[in-house]
Amino acid sequence: MTGYSRQNESTGTGWTENVLRVEGLTVIGRPSDVEIISDVSLTVNRGEILGLVGESGSGKTTLGLSLLRHLKRATQITEGRVWVGERELASLNEQQVRNLRGRAVAYIPQSPASALNPALRLGTQLTEALHDDTSTSDQVAERVREVLREVALPDDPAFLRRYPHQLSGGQQQRVAIAMAFVGRPDLIVLDEPTTGLDVTTQAHVLETIKAMTREYGTAGVYISHDMAVVADLADDIAVMYQGELVEHGRTEQVLSAPRHEYTRRLLMAVPLLRTSGHTEPATRTEEPLLRIFELSAGYGRTRVLEGIDLSVSRGECVALLGESGSGKTTLSRSVAGLHHQFEGGLVFDGQALAGTSYRRTAEQRRRIQYVFQNPYEALNPRKRVRDQILGPYRHLVGRPDDPDLVVAQALERAALPASYGERFPEQLSGGERQRVCIARAVATRPDLLVCDEITSALDVSVQAEIVKLLRSLQDDGMALLFVTHNIALVSNIADRVAVLNKGRIVEYGPVGQVMSAPEHEYTRALIADTPDFELSFPGAPERLSMDSEGRVTDG
Amino acid sequence: MSGASTNTSPKTPVRRRPGLLRTAWRFGRTKVGVALTGLIVLIAVVGPFVAPYTPTEFVTKPFEADADGALFGGDNRGRDVFTRFLWGGWTLLLLAGASAGIGVAAGTVVGIIAGYRRGWVDDVLMRVNDVLLAFPQLIAALLVMSIIGPKVWLIVAVIAVSHMPRVARVIREATRKVIEQDYVKAAEAIGLPRWKIMAVEILPNVTSPLLVELGLRLTYSIGVVAVLGFLGMGLQPPTADWGLMINENRQGIAVQPWAVALPVAAIAVLTVGANLITDGLSRAAIGIDRGVEK
Repeated sequence: MTGYSRQNESTGTGWTENVLRVEGLTVIGRPSDVEIISDVSLTVNRGEILGLVGESGSGKTTLGLSLLRHLKRATQITEGRVWVGERELASLNEQQVRNLRGRAVAYIPQSPASALNPALRLGTQLTEALHDDTSTSDQVAERVREVLREVALPDDPAFLRRYPHQLSGGQQQRVAIAMAFVGRPDLIVLDEPTTGLDVTTQAHVLETIKAMTREYGTAGVYISHDMAVVADLADDIAVMYQGELVEHGRTEQVLSAPRHEYTRRLLMAVPLLRTSGHTEPATRTEEPLLRIFELSAGYGRTRVLEGIDLSVSRGECVALLGESGSGKTTLSRSVAGLHHQFEGGLVFDGQALAGTSYRRTAEQRRRIQYVFQNPYEALNPRKRVRDQILGPYRHLVGRPDDPDLVVAQALERAALPASYGERFPEQLSGGERQRVCIARAVATRPDLLVCDEITSALDVSVQAEIVKLLRSLQDDGMALLFVTHNIALVSNIADRVAVLNKGRIVEYGPVGQVMSAPEHEYTRALIADTPDFELSFPGAPERLSMDSEGRVTDG
Repeated sequence: MSGASTNTSPKTPVRRRPGLLRTAWRFGRTKVGVALTGLIVLIAVVGPFVAPYTPTEFVTKPFEADADGALFGGDNRGRDVFTRFLWGGWTLLLLAGASAGIGVAAGTVVGIIAGYRRGWVDDVLMRVNDVLLAFPQLIAALLVMSIIGPKVWLIVAVIAVSHMPRVARVIREATRKVIEQDYVKAAEAIGLPRWKIMAVEILPNVTSPLLVELGLRLTYSIGVVAVLGFLGMGLQPPTADWGLMINENRQGIAVQPWAVALPVAAIAVLTVGANLITDGLSRAAIGIDRGVEK
């Protein structure tokens, strides 16, 4: 199905069957008149997928929505045209747009849970998507069953009578895909549809999307910030930066010879899954800094963790790799004293750690610091950065002689200028907020930093910087317990890795060994399902510059 | 909603979003409310100093409408209505303000403790609240007054107690939203004492609903104090008090309408003004989500 022209020039000339053609599209925000997207032109061929990549705030979702002639509040198209097939969207009236949506253009949103109406049965919702009266109810039912089979879901009446909450996240996203494809659309817009899914499910969903667009000859626009997924899936890649389309070309071409500086940076920021070239961590004889043995934890009667044995030595980075629901956050919170329903032992520097932080000594609390996942929630919005940093310091270390110096040093270690001390959290970007969180944690000079998914709420380029920062902290002798679901990140930062699955550690060892010769099938599946791509343009080997020791480029 | 759109250019240092008060001030209704309330407060505060007579001085015949030297005539005893009107405001404002303030403060403390500690503390506090809520505000006040007798401190106490559970409910809900945020957990992880977490981390982040509650409770307090005065359960004669004035002079309303109209108008304008401010505040509070932005 891919035997169409390889031409990809954005002019849309030639015989190529462009399903989607966008010319000079400009969207502005009201009342500020700022251009959210400016002068964007692109085309997508029948049966192909365009990956639309960019950071948060680059305007990719606004662009995606304008392809359905949907605009967020207080935004307005001021220039440009969008053709879907033969139709020019601006020329249609409300009624025609409604008919267009769901039939000619479809949309799959980020979160399947919010896309499906929790009060309606699946059958009802899928039928609703075929909202015209040209076909009989038998035809509609037959079409619904057909599309369900295509997305590899059961098509029996019992399944159709289910409610969305009776499905897993992956199944919900398949239903959302089925809903989008049920009307055989010409164009489908996918807004990060796999963000909330674990890698195995993601791999399946991406496979389904790929197969469906090929089969239906639908043009897909896949919006994502994840370069690895896009490289895997898309035929064309378009890169957006501050509302402008800075690069547009075939996937191979963009990956091998990115023209724009920003694309280059974006590609280099993506952590590469390294399966070889790790240095063996030195065998350690001294007592580890933190030793977890026979730990089981739960909430009420539900057990989340069973028999966890783990140790972290001084200056070492131990990664805790697991997907959502594996219990990794519970484990890290137990270490930090935020979750006290656990049995088993926690020994820190030779002394047992109490269950809650309130029963630990001030010294223990000072030496173990925790950095939270979501920097948007982890800072008190009513306090200046300076007070956010000084608060824990005063409480754990004592009244400083020179508060300004403490703040400046902490900010410096987190690679922020001292002037940021006077700011409030709302004046900071996501990456800066996370740096402030790190500054707050390192201000008390801890020995162990527990990082709970600290990069998952951030853009890749910011993620790379944060990881680089963690590296430098580790070089200063700080031990890290790095909790994440991102195996590529683990392969680049960790010394040792523990793979957590359903509350148990299924594999634990030096990162080189786990990545190159995984013993457990779960680890093998994780590595196999993680989307990855190769870079061959000059300078690419320095990708993820936090990685200093000699790395093999072939990943 | 005219959302804040300050960060037009990402390069320049981002300006702070306007706070609750400043956002509320942008609404026309808030300005009108402040003007009306300000007018009445001005009358109540400055009034006693500019009044032509003392409030208990007999100047005219009872209910004399157009006596010399008395702008709005005399009241049921022949005292100057204008003087009594100028004197009668500050007691009402003081009582209403004190009871609203105490009630909101107590409710905030109860609400934050219940919301943060949960468990049995939450249960006990909120069930006691439910019991208090079961008493109708005015009936409870009348009952206590008729048993103990009308005393100033009692008026304040009864109204404050009746406000407390209502405020506590709202603040408890706001607290529960705040404690889901990680900065509270961060404070727990470093072992900050609980009272400090409540005072430093939680309280500043529930100020939006708190201000709205304060306005709302102030409005209600004004009404209740005035009604108690009117029913004779508030301040006692010969004090000059707007509620009392309405009661004393209502028999003569046909011959001397000013003696009733002035205090009624003042209370009405005050209540409307306070309500407009509260409305502006609550609109601003809905517009500003001080928690997560993404």
